[in-house]
Amino acid sequence: MTKLSFFLGCIAPNRYPGIEAATKKTLDKLGVKLEDIEGASCCPAPGVFRSFDKDTWLALASRNIVLSEKMGNDILTVCNGCFGSLVDANHILKHDPVLKEKVNNILKEIELEFQGKIDVRHIIEYLYKDIGIEKIKSAIKKPLDLKVAVHYGCHLIKPTKERHLGSAENPRFFDELVEATGAKSIDYEDKNACCGAGGGARTAVLDTALKLVNNKLKHMKDAGVDCVVDACPFCHLQLDVGQTEIKTKFGDEYGIHILHYSQLLGLAMGFSPEELGIDQNFVKNSEFMRKIGGVHNE
Amino acid sequence: MSETVQSSDFDKTFTKEIFEEPGAEKIALCFNCTGCTSGCPMAEHEGNYNIRKILRMANLGMKKQLLNDPYIWYCTTCYKCQERCPQGVQNVDALLKIRTIAVHSGIMLGPHRKVGQVVVKFGHAVPINDDTKVKRKKLGLDEVPPTVHKFENGLKDVRKLLKLTGFDKLVAEEEKK
Repeated sequence: MTKLSFFLGCIAPNRYPGIEAATKKTLDKLGVKLEDIEGASCCPAPGVFRSFDKDTWLALASRNIVLSEKMGNDILTVCNGCFGSLVDANHILKHDPVLKEKVNNILKEIELEFQGKIDVRHIIEYLYKDIGIEKIKSAIKKPLDLKVAVHYGCHLIKPTKERHLGSAENPRFFDELVEATGAKSIDYEDKNACCGAGGGARTAVLDTALKLVNNKLKHMKDAGVDCVVDACPFCHLQLDVGQTEIKTKFGDEYGIHILHYSQLLGLAMGFSPEELGIDQNFVKNSEFMRKIGGVHNE
Repeated sequence: MSETVQSSDFDKTFTKEIFEEPGAEKIALCFNCTGCTSGCPMAEHEGNYNIRKILRMANLGMKKQLLNDPYIWYCTTCYKCQERCPQGVQNVDALLKIRTIAVHSGIMLGPHRKVGQVVVKFGHAVPINDDTKVKRKKLGLDEVPPTVHKFENGLKDVRKLLKLTGFDKLVAEEEKK
């Protein structure tokens, strides 16, 4: 059985634990054992930390990486933000001996050392490259009859220099994963547009950040989708909680149910919506919940 | 009409500092094709946000204007401009460097400072709350995740790192005047 360290980050365990539960359940079915990184922290959030102080950003990120190095496992993230911080920090420290020494001088104080022995993986590219579409298809028990708006988010694919996932202009791998569940990926206007949350924008300039996601939700709704499937708890929060904020601030209402890919895959593997926390969103669509066989309490 | 820029306003040490960030020095190669701004999702909604202008100002060394420009905080770091730049300018990395210089000059936005303080306190930018504890329990997960939330020594180590890099002081509340 393949082993990976499960890096939880902040928003998945502390706001959308359904993503955590769904990831554990689905990867177990695919023969991947996930191990906790005991005492892991914030990745740290690239918006504030990478903006404020690169040394601090590298020190905290490297601590998380080293905890997994000690376990002898590659890291699995379910979040584009965590992936962005950890994959970029790992890459920088593996290739820049000066920064590596600087960081190790700091880590020494907590008796850790960055060695550069492991890789950082994102669940989407891991499933696509290492598990493969065919194996995922063979694990599907209940093919889904759903029209899905796929939201890649930004840091899964960009910057491309450290990702090796092909062009960021027109990616397809996530759509293929969604379609492996039986669902149909529906094209929509400006599909690769940012959700607006990153870089500290949601934190500091919320109203403007919401304009970006409002636009995105409008395009998704116009395409007539049943739900949105994303790859990042922060995009997830912006798309889900963002709908309630948009309703209050701008009066627009969408009622679109937001799923992380782990939750979509879980449904297709036969888990109930409740086991996957799909009923725990802030915006719930009762028609969608009925469609996937869930119990929906208004 | 905006004011005429005076060369006496230029601070070339500022430009040099930004150029320390790998790929930022390529700003000097910008030939103003506007590929960065025309595809920018933030510029589509906030016309005053202009990454090309910001980087041109950086190249000229317009330190005072840039560090106090509220729009340096609008970038969502989507990296679309950086991917598209025909000259290989690392736009986002350069912008983050400008932000870093601002923060170390004492200029930061209140909500960002708060996030920094939350991480210093909890080790998470978004800490657990009671509502999520209930949700976790329903899913059969431990009420508290196996992170710094559960392991106190981990939190101690994180705080130690933040002290060593001076981050705790950087985001500490400004002294009331």
